[in-house]
Amino acid sequence: MSSVLYDVPGPRAIARNRIIGAVTVLVILAGLGWVIWRFAATGQFTAAKWELFTYSSIWALFAEATLNTLAAFAAAAVGALILGFILAIGRLSDHAWIRVPVGWIVEVLRAIPVLIFMMLLYYGLPVLGIRMTPYAAVVIALIAYNGSVLAEVIRAGVESLPRGQSEAGYAIGLRKSGVMRLVLLPQAIRAMMPVIVAQLVVTLKDTALGFIITFQELLYLVKLLGSNAVYGSPLIPAALVGGSIYVALCLALSYVAYLLERRLRRSDRAQHAVDPMHHPVGAGTDTELIALQTGAGKFNQGGGGTA
Amino acid sequence: MGVITDHLDLWGEALTGTLILFVGGGLIALVLGLIVGAMRVSPIPIARAVGAVYVNWIRNTPLTLVMFFFAICVPILLRERIDPIVLPTIALGVYTATYVAETLRSGINTVPVGQAEAARALGLTFGQVMTLVVLPQATRSVIPPMMSVFIALLKNTTVAAGFSVLNLGSIRSWLSEQGENQLVVLVWVMVIFIVLVLLLAWLQRVFENKWRVAR
Repeated sequence: MSSVLYDVPGPRAIARNRIIGAVTVLVILAGLGWVIWRFAATGQFTAAKWELFTYSSIWALFAEATLNTLAAFAAAAVGALILGFILAIGRLSDHAWIRVPVGWIVEVLRAIPVLIFMMLLYYGLPVLGIRMTPYAAVVIALIAYNGSVLAEVIRAGVESLPRGQSEAGYAIGLRKSGVMRLVLLPQAIRAMMPVIVAQLVVTLKDTALGFIITFQELLYLVKLLGSNAVYGSPLIPAALVGGSIYVALCLALSYVAYLLERRLRRSDRAQHAVDPMHHPVGAGTDTELIALQTGAGKFNQGGGGTA
Repeated sequence: MGVITDHLDLWGEALTGTLILFVGGGLIALVLGLIVGAMRVSPIPIARAVGAVYVNWIRNTPLTLVMFFFAICVPILLRERIDPIVLPTIALGVYTATYVAETLRSGINTVPVGQAEAARALGLTFGQVMTLVVLPQATRSVIPPMMSVFIALLKNTTVAAGFSVLNLGSIRSWLSEQGENQLVVLVWVMVIFIVLVLLLAWLQRVFENKWRVAR
């Protein structure tokens, strides 16, 4: 990967690289040291600031807040997947009267910041007499945004499949729904699984926005504990604990995405090993090729293969 | 429309706040992202490791949490009062820098090794290989995804609303104190964002068509 950029280092380059490496380490250590010094100087290490975390009731609160976060995430993830499928199929429709409006809905939902959507649901809709809990506002906003993003992901997955897949499906007599359900979607989902899981990480991260509209998740709890003057306003210790839980959750989910991607890449390579390199024509199917050769008219070029 | 025309100065300030966050955060993200991206493709293992840890950790931290650390925790650590817009801007920059770094890295990785090898075989020096062969190709494949990063940054500026910065995300609370209809305010904010995002998306398409690489 970096071989485009660098030669194999010679003795002088190795010495220089070592010096730069040492300087990097020094800069990082200096930065860390400065942060630790500031922590110490402002008394973040004193026992009083951490006393709060010796009580099991505080940890029960953390557990509850984490569960709230996860509950919002789970509901939003399931909803976003369902909405994503519906919108993707709508955007892939052959009927313009479905495809075009769905396309606009997807574009608009993607353009609106999630936080503004949450505010609209939580602060805006009561004007019309519709009241909802912060939980509902967070979940609905996340479903709307992530659903529209997932719709684009799934659509890209379907469009990246070779055209021969759907042609073969039609050739054995499947209808449009059958081709989509039995041939295209399973392959598209498999190919797009890492991206889908990565988008779910975004969903998990965005549940933290709920704290701005008073949803009682981890950050809300952190701020609440941080203002507890009896224990010396332990805002930074609380933020470290709450933040660690958040980062741990997201890292775990990202790791799943990484594993999926690696498995996919490996199976791709296995397929390529079996597949002999006899495709000098690039994207397109044999059917299209025959049609071109017999001059049967211009095919939709550039629509199939690469995306 | 009355919501806007009656409070034109406030909307102006909010839009300015959003633009400061966007431009400031974008500049920080570009500079920091360039450094981190360079670290991630550098031949020095330590630098690569530091870059990887930075990118993986910050990317798996909610932006709200990053901003929470910067806007609320940093003033406590520094024991100083700082202009409320500065720290959220830095937070946006630090967060977006990870995406900039990844975009740069994958852009460089799209240039096939054979390109550099061919250039080397022609007898070009390292500087010529970079400026004439590798970077022009990498830039072209970087710019469209980079625009997506900046569209995300623009939408993320609203998060600063949770940290008492006047911007388009928080104008709702300012105006609701003056008894305005919150629904109408929020719908207008949405319209402004849709227009801004579509504008950036249009720019992205223009760049994409102009610099398409035939490969």
